[in-house]
Order: sequence, then C-alpha cells, then structure tokens
Amino acid sequence: MTRVSAFIESVGLLGPGLSDWPHAARVLADPTAYVSERTALPPPAGLPSAERRRTGPVVRIALAAGHEAVAASGRDAATLATVFTSSGGDGHNCHTICETLAGDDRQLSPTRFHNSVHNAPAGYWSIATRAMAPSSVLCAHDGSFGAGLLDSLCQVAADGTPTLLIAFDTDYPSPMREVRPIPDAFGVALVLTPEAGPLALARIDVQFTDAPATVLASRELERLRREIPAARSLPLLDALAAQRAASVVLDYLPDTRLHVNIVPSSGASGVDGSSGRAS
Amino acid sequence: MKPLLLAHFTATSCLGRGLDATLDALRAARGGLTRCDFERASLDTWVGAVEGVDAQPVRADLSDFECRNNRLAQIGLTQDDFSGHVERAIERYGAGRVGVFIGTSTSGVLETELAYQRRDPQSGALPPGFRYAQTHNPYSPAAFVRAYFGLRGPATAISSACSSGAKVFASARRMLATGLIDAAIVGGVDSLCLTTLYGFNSLELLSPQPCRPFDVDRDGISIGEAAAFALLERVPTGDGSSAKLDDNAVLLLGVGESSDAHHMSSPHPDGLGARIAMEQALASAGLDVGAIDYINLHGTATPGNDIAESRAVTALFDGTPCSSTKGATGHTLGAAGALEAVISALALRDGLLPAGVNTTELDPALPLDYVLTSREARPGAVLSNSFGFGGTNCSLVFGRAGRAQLV
Repeated sequence: MTRVSAFIESVGLLGPGLSDWPHAARVLADPTAYVSERTALPPPAGLPSAERRRTGPVVRIALAAGHEAVAASGRDAATLATVFTSSGGDGHNCHTICETLAGDDRQLSPTRFHNSVHNAPAGYWSIATRAMAPSSVLCAHDGSFGAGLLDSLCQVAADGTPTLLIAFDTDYPSPMREVRPIPDAFGVALVLTPEAGPLALARIDVQFTDAPATVLASRELERLRREIPAARSLPLLDALAAQRAASVVLDYLPDTRLHVNIVPSSGASGVDGSSGRAS
Repeated sequence: MKPLLLAHFTATSCLGRGLDATLDALRAARGGLTRCDFERASLDTWVGAVEGVDAQPVRADLSDFECRNNRLAQIGLTQDDFSGHVERAIERYGAGRVGVFIGTSTSGVLETELAYQRRDPQSGALPPGFRYAQTHNPYSPAAFVRAYFGLRGPATAISSACSSGAKVFASARRMLATGLIDAAIVGGVDSLCLTTLYGFNSLELLSPQPCRPFDVDRDGISIGEAAAFALLERVPTGDGSSAKLDDNAVLLLGVGESSDAHHMSSPHPDGLGARIAMEQALASAGLDVGAIDYINLHGTATPGNDIAESRAVTALFDGTPCSSTKGATGHTLGAAGALEAVISALALRDGLLPAGVNTTELDPALPLDYVLTSREARPGAVLSNSFGFGGTNCSLVFGRAGRAQLV
C-alpha cells in the first residue's frame, strides 16, 4: 500500500493543562503529572495592534502553536508553506452572527464577518509572519487532524516543500455546545520536512488503514483525545515524547484511519524537557 | 507539474443546470442574476440563485445531510452524467482510491441560521432534529459527496473563502502525485445564506445592481451560488490506442498559490499575491505568458479587487484577452474557483472566449483587453484566477490536449 513520509522537525502545542510542547512531552511521558486546567490563550504575537484586537480564540490558539513550532525549528516562518486544519472554526463568533441574523436588526459587524471565514487564522498568520507562501485550509470534522496531516505530507512528498501544519479547535457556547460539545481549546503544530535536518525528531511513514485508532493509557489524556478533534494527534505526540520507534493509528474518517510509523532520529535527545530545540 | 486530465466536468449555477445550459448562456452573454428575495434578507441587491434547489431533497439514504447546500451539491452531481463517470472511475480504481476535495465557504450554515430562529424560548436550545455535523460543518459537502458515491478513500473540505474552489485542484494534484489515490473528485459547492448576504453588506461591498466587473461604475458584488465538479485523473500513458486523448480533452497544466500577508478583507493594492500566484501557475505549467490565450479573472466588481487584479495582470501580461464571468453568475464564493475552472474548460473544449456581461464602459484606469462580446476562438491554454479573504490566492492553468499540434 502507498505510503507518504516526512521528517518532523519540531512541535508546538497548547491545550488544557498543557502549556507548551516541552511541558506536554513531560506529561505524556508521565501522565501522573497531568493537571487539567483551562487552556490559557496568549495574545497573538506578531500582529499589528489593530489586527491583534480583532482576533478571537481560534486565531490565538493557532498562532501560539504555530509560533512555538517555527521557533523550535529555527526556520523563517515566511519560508514555510502552511496547512491549517480545524474541525469547525470560531464557535463564539458564529453564535453571535446567528443570533444577530435571527433578530430584527440583522446588521453584522464587518470584523465578525471576516473573522467568520474558516481561513481567518491562516490570514492572520500570513500577516503576522509576512509569509506569502501557499496556505491550505481544511476541515474534515472530527478527522480534521488526519486530513491536515495528509495534506502536509503530500506537500512534503510531492513537492519537497517544508510545511507547517497547524491543527486547532476551540470550544462552542450554548446552544451550539449541545450539538458540538468541544470543551476547550487545543492546538498542535508540526514542522514537516522532506529531509532529515540536524533537528529532526523523527521520520513518519503514513498509510491508510481500517484498524481502530490507538487509545492512550491515561484516562484523562484519552478523554482529551476523544473530546477535541485536534487532540486526535495525541498518540503520535505520545510516541514523539517517548522518542521510541512506534506504530500508532490516528483517527481520520469513520471507515478510514491513518497508520503512522514513527522512527526517532538517531542522536535526537530525550524529551525530559531539557532539549534545547523544544524550549 | 505533470498535467492531469479533467476526465469529466460539470457546473450548475444561476446560468442553468449542466454544461449545455452554461455554454448557451456564455455564448449568448446572458446573465442569471435576479433581485434578491432570499429568505429574510431585505437588502437592495441582486443574487445568482439556482432555481428549484429547495424542491429536490437529497437521496433518501442520505437524508441526514438534508440542507440547501447539499441539495445543490446533488443537483450538480447528477448533471451531464457526472455521477456515472465517477462510478466508472470507482469501478476502475476502487472505492478507496478516489479522493474527494470540495471547496466551500459557508457550507450549510443556513441550517444553523434557520435553527436560531426556532430556539426554545425558555431554554434557548436549538430545535430537535438540528444536525450540525451533516449540514453546517464545513466538511458537510465533502462528506455528502463521499457518501453519495460510497467512497472509502481520503476526503476533505477546503475552506479558504473565495479561493476554496480553486485550491481543491492544488490539494488533489499533490495527493495524486504521491500515488495515494488514482482519481479525485474536485469541486466547489456554496449556497445562498444570510451570513454572506449580511456580511458583505456590512463591508458595503454589495452592489444594488447586477454586478459590473471592471466597469468604470462598478460598485460591488452580486452573491451567487453554484455546484461545480471535475473528475481529475492522471493522463493515460499506455502505448495502446486507448491512451490517445481527444484533441479537445482538457488538462490541468499548472497551479499557483500564494498569500498576501497584507489584510484580512482587502487585497494587496498592487495585487502582489495575485501576481505571485499567476507566476507560479505559469512556472508549474512550464509556459510563458504568451502561451495563455484567455484569462478568466477573479473580477468581483468591487473597486479594490478589480484595481489590484488589473495591476497584477498587466504586470505580467500584455493584451491577453480576459473577462470576469461573475457578471453572469454572481460571485459564488467558495464555489467560484471550481465554477470558473469549468467555464475555462468549456472555453477550451468548445472554442469560446466568454464576455464579461453587465459591463458597458470599461474603467479606463484598468488597461486590460477585456472581452465585452462573447466570441468563437480556439484557445490552447487559459488561466483562471481565484482570490479570497485572508489574502489567499490561487491561479490555475488549463490547456487543450491538442494544443501542441497547433503551434
């Protein structure tokens, strides 16, 4: 069966009780260290103040994860093609728009409207980093991480383009929460490259499978994986944190999942948090 | 890039259902815009609505997907025997080897807009039976197409505003190149909803008249809806006679993508991102500007877009015939790139340069060779531009298989 491969050069991560990748790697290696708390969303770095004021949670989580991964790779963000993938978009913004449109005065704010497009984080990212490189913006509902990983791998494999994947989701307010119960924000970013640079963490080989998705041993982390679509990446991140050769299955579409073979790069340092490239 | 074959294609818009209706309207330079009487929208604007969408429910086994956007998708799939061509491709390659890449900007958000009008007065809850995943979620039209054909391969929605319907060709091209799939259903489906009507109204970008791209008096867009699809496959390379392509077969020759890095809702004033996308598309096709015989412009009819796009085009091209077909179809947003890819394919297959309708007096500040009367021609290669909010740009180059023999 056909496989696509790439090297993971760096990771950015922000989620409930997970403040960045070095911290998340420690928690994955020792889940007893996990303390669940609301995701703290930092102000988006790199944007002019007028733009910064207009950003909502999806832009903040996407930019935070993206900036962390790019900094850890030592690359110039402007040189990286990007793939943004999210299972929905800004639920709070959407709620307010639908509330307004259901009322008598249906006038929307222009900022709410342009923030409603699924590619708003991609637009703000390109403004923040001056990146004019191609950007792909995807959605595959609960399989959005898998769809984004595939599109990124295809950029790397077909064109040899170093690519930044940013997968993220944020919570929904009531009443949308009842039909889309995503409890909190989670963002993960990977810099994927065609060749093993000195910083490469691992090579991954990906193919389709109908085997069931890998579940996490930790009940709390497994709950995160199930509840937030972007956290369906956690089995891959778990193997990266452990720096061990592993095969995991990631959720994608209901009848098609992704088998990921992970081969740590030789000489890559451990993930006890002391690794310079991940700080 | 290696050229890819558009093994089949189809389009449904306010110009009509299927290729014959679309071609007739383009040849006659007939537009399909009408005064907006959509839902509760009380706006002084025109829309490109597809007639009878609400009268045709989705297939009974797919009723969970019921919404205007998926009804439009289904109408589109059933024109020109597109679904038959897909089914035969599935027989050739297998249900796991045909990918789905569907562009949309608003998917079935109309369902949520309607549901918010029927919230429980006490609890605020959405009405029972509301299905977010199968209607509103951006993935819904891709999931619908995948389920419609019983596919088991990769699928995604591409949702980068008004470049979505062009970007599907870029993602599908990459996946075909890796060998993960043997064929791809690419397309765009977007339908009228209050979010875009009132959203573009808030930006003061809706024209009170049928939109007039590149006209000196252009004053904004007309929103349309469309479903357009193409079946992409590798060009047959066997040595048998079956590998010989018809001269009029349409190929995807080049793809260019860029980001503006400038502003969320205004293009770069000089169209820098647009220019990069066009340059990349030409480079990926291995063609120089002289090989392009027609440009289907993004041409939304906002003052800003048309200036920026004109600057980008004139920086590269010198007197290449061009037009925006949005005067005829309206701006079909996430479907526009796919609709205009199909219009470009028709220009190649049927020998036509389509006029930009509604435009009567070209803006003298925009020195383009703008096609004002549809005319017969024999273009060998055409370029199609799609740009969107967030500064997302995509240009596609299509060519006729027999093009090489002409020169």
